[in-house]
Amino acid sequence: MSAIAFPLPDPRILARREEIIAGLAALVPPAALITSEDERRPYETDALTAYRRLPLAVVLPSTTQEVAAVLKFCGEQGVPVVPRGAGTSLAGGAIPQEDAVVIGVSKMNRILEIDYANRVAKVQAGVTNLAVTGEVMAEGFFYAPDPSSQLACSIGGNIGMNSGGAHCLKYGVTTNNVLGVTLVMLDGSIVEIGGSHLDSGGLDILGLIVGSEGQLGIVTEATVRILRAAEGARPVLFGFPTSEQAGEAVAAIIGAGIIPVAMEFMDKPAIEICEAFAHAGYPMDVEALLIIEVEGSDAEMDAQLARIVAIAREHGVQTVKESQSAMESAAIWKGRKSAFGATGRIADYICMDGTIPTGQLPHVLRRMDEIVKGYGLRVANVFHAGDGNLHPLILYNCNDPVEAQKAEDAGMDILRLCVEVGGCLTGEHGVGIEKRDLMNVQFNEADLHQQMRVRAVFDGQWLMNPAKVFPLEGRVAA
Amino acid sequence: MTLHTPSSEADACAFIASAATARTPLALVGGGTRAGLGRPTQTERSLSSAGLTGITLYEPSEMVIGARAGTPLAEVQKTLADRGQMLPFEPMDHRALLRTSGEPTIGAIAAGNISGPRRINAGAARDSLIGIRLVNGKGEAIKSGGRVMKNVTGLDLVKLVAGSFGTLGFLTEVIFRVLPVPERVVTLVWRGLSDEAGVALLSSALGSPFEPMAAAHLPAGIDADHARTLLRLENFSVSIEYRRAELATLLNCHGAPELIEGAASGALWQGVRDARFFAGSQEAVWRLSLAPTNGPKAMAAIARALQQARWYYDWGGGLVWLAVPAVGDAGAATIRGAIRPLGGHATLVRAPDAIRASVPVFEPMSGPLQRVTAGIKASFDPAGIFEPGRMYAGV
Repeated sequence: MSAIAFPLPDPRILARREEIIAGLAALVPPAALITSEDERRPYETDALTAYRRLPLAVVLPSTTQEVAAVLKFCGEQGVPVVPRGAGTSLAGGAIPQEDAVVIGVSKMNRILEIDYANRVAKVQAGVTNLAVTGEVMAEGFFYAPDPSSQLACSIGGNIGMNSGGAHCLKYGVTTNNVLGVTLVMLDGSIVEIGGSHLDSGGLDILGLIVGSEGQLGIVTEATVRILRAAEGARPVLFGFPTSEQAGEAVAAIIGAGIIPVAMEFMDKPAIEICEAFAHAGYPMDVEALLIIEVEGSDAEMDAQLARIVAIAREHGVQTVKESQSAMESAAIWKGRKSAFGATGRIADYICMDGTIPTGQLPHVLRRMDEIVKGYGLRVANVFHAGDGNLHPLILYNCNDPVEAQKAEDAGMDILRLCVEVGGCLTGEHGVGIEKRDLMNVQFNEADLHQQMRVRAVFDGQWLMNPAKVFPLEGRVAA
Repeated sequence: MTLHTPSSEADACAFIASAATARTPLALVGGGTRAGLGRPTQTERSLSSAGLTGITLYEPSEMVIGARAGTPLAEVQKTLADRGQMLPFEPMDHRALLRTSGEPTIGAIAAGNISGPRRINAGAARDSLIGIRLVNGKGEAIKSGGRVMKNVTGLDLVKLVAGSFGTLGFLTEVIFRVLPVPERVVTLVWRGLSDEAGVALLSSALGSPFEPMAAAHLPAGIDADHARTLLRLENFSVSIEYRRAELATLLNCHGAPELIEGAASGALWQGVRDARFFAGSQEAVWRLSLAPTNGPKAMAAIARALQQARWYYDWGGGLVWLAVPAVGDAGAATIRGAIRPLGGHATLVRAPDAIRASVPVFEPMSGPLQRVTAGIKASFDPAGIFEPGRMYAGV
């Protein structure tokens, strides 16, 4: 595929490659600098593997000071920089370009401090999302944002993309769970924003940094909230004869004042794919599946589930399967959380990530099916029903360039549909390089220019992750 | 002072564009109930959101409400209450503390990131604010965010505008995430604890699985002769019964709590939320944000130097409301000196104009952050017409 344009590499930078590498070598230990082609290869793409560019060099610093030195050098030399966490971006947020230096935080993977009394943890940016929970689990605590990639993805990347996951209906996304960061700016200055306290003292610059996709600076450390886990959690499977009924049940549960900790929706193709992989006991004779999880003591969960089941029955639920054991609960979530991997076993796919008002669900499911069929392809849907974050998986054969292009076009049509019904282009994966050229579908010129002027306050030269987020044409300065 | 009250966003755009050309400074006004917040400013003209009212969107099943910026908060709350819902962040009412009148507006709640005791569990106004429309200082109407809860499309200007006190733009519409009203609310009260013990109790409770939605400590002398430590539970009745018993057991080393609910519980938390304990006095009032266990540490240091200080804790100890005599720098040097080694910040919420003009009202920033803040201000408002100097000199 080659539909997404990359900026042409600056020949002057390419010509100075040896000189730039020598400059970098003076700033970091030899082991932190990767220059050979073989060793740069793993950094040429992220989880949007259809696109690849070999970076000029890769630097893996171990300290905030090293990040500052490298950023300052790149800024002075006019060399583009691509920040990288664990490289799990599905939107191509960490894909480099030929004239860019990748700065990866993977070596900065220490948990620095845990403060249970104040319910915060201070961690380096390369720590994986799940490692934070792993560290505090013995005390009954957890870190709430839980993207499906949480085993591998880093806190730094989560902050870049404002990641969420299945449980954010109750606990919020990254921006609701980060209290402070150490940020290195392009001029090498190191600033502390926020800390272990709530709310900022001036403009909410922390709120701006979260979700900025590596365009404003590089986060090297973060102070995150840790929460005490509920006494127990129990997922229940609900099978519905139609998607409409499943959608109505979700609305009725919320209308009854119940906010489950998660509500996940899967359509029939997704159910089939996930069940074949995880053997979770998903019902195969239904059109739509909801996984609804509640939390609390056993008695609290019983009471809440009784209400939810009663509402589901009012909306024609066909199958109700309450988990009877920790093993069954794990299997139910394994099916959902492995949806992407399981789909990958049967076909190549593009995973889209739009958000819609949940009331539009039946219309959007119908239109998505029409769109994808119109291109002669198939789609499977999993999504967060509580918050309307869709993940259509468009299946195609990547060895067929025509089909690959069709899949990409279908995905873009679906995202346009999301905006058309009042939603947005991306709920949790980010804009990256993937949706950059659709930004003007959601935003008009004044909206985009305001964002770009704010961006340029941090990086007037457009060197930080420059091929991402904003359309290449029409970029403005501060 | 002349007042302009646009009746539409387009009208606001035209007015602001001409003010920008003439470089006319503007005060941005909602209901005027928070007019005394921030540094005193000198503006020739005011721009009011009073003409921009009405709920624009309400989908209870999607837990989302949108309203034009000048809509009275009370109207938004009534609309939500009719369907058993509420704003999650329990916004503070500043009228008693600042001795203002008028009706708080939903736009000002967003612009000031105005939150209350529930902030500790449910997040601040900024956490529930999911979409805005505003007119920037060039007279352009722009939007950020939207009506859906999860949205990572482009830079999150919503957060930046929340808490900017009108310095970045004139809000015309705001969209909030909402939550169901809980079936039952109760407050557990422990008496006679020291600051340290009270905050330790709150930390234990907030680190338990029983989800307190608000947690405050009122030292002796704050509206009662004895100290009171408060935990609020909100949930279905069956959970309340279970959780209050579990919490009483967990915290029994601090004594047995009494239980209050209904009007008495509501009034107590309204006092905590609105800093009503300081409403009738002439003292200067500060708001300190710290890591919770640092609250008592900071107060011990401050109380040694400012012996007439009175204070209480919200947010599990992490928010300190502090009243000191309104003389000199109103304790600024002492207070900020005590916070500096601990992390956090202090904001001067109430003081005579002369003190607010001479003492930094918001926490001073490092050089690089000052430059970024000034740059962001200029990116929204290049002519510097919105509330000039309200937050910082030049911002």
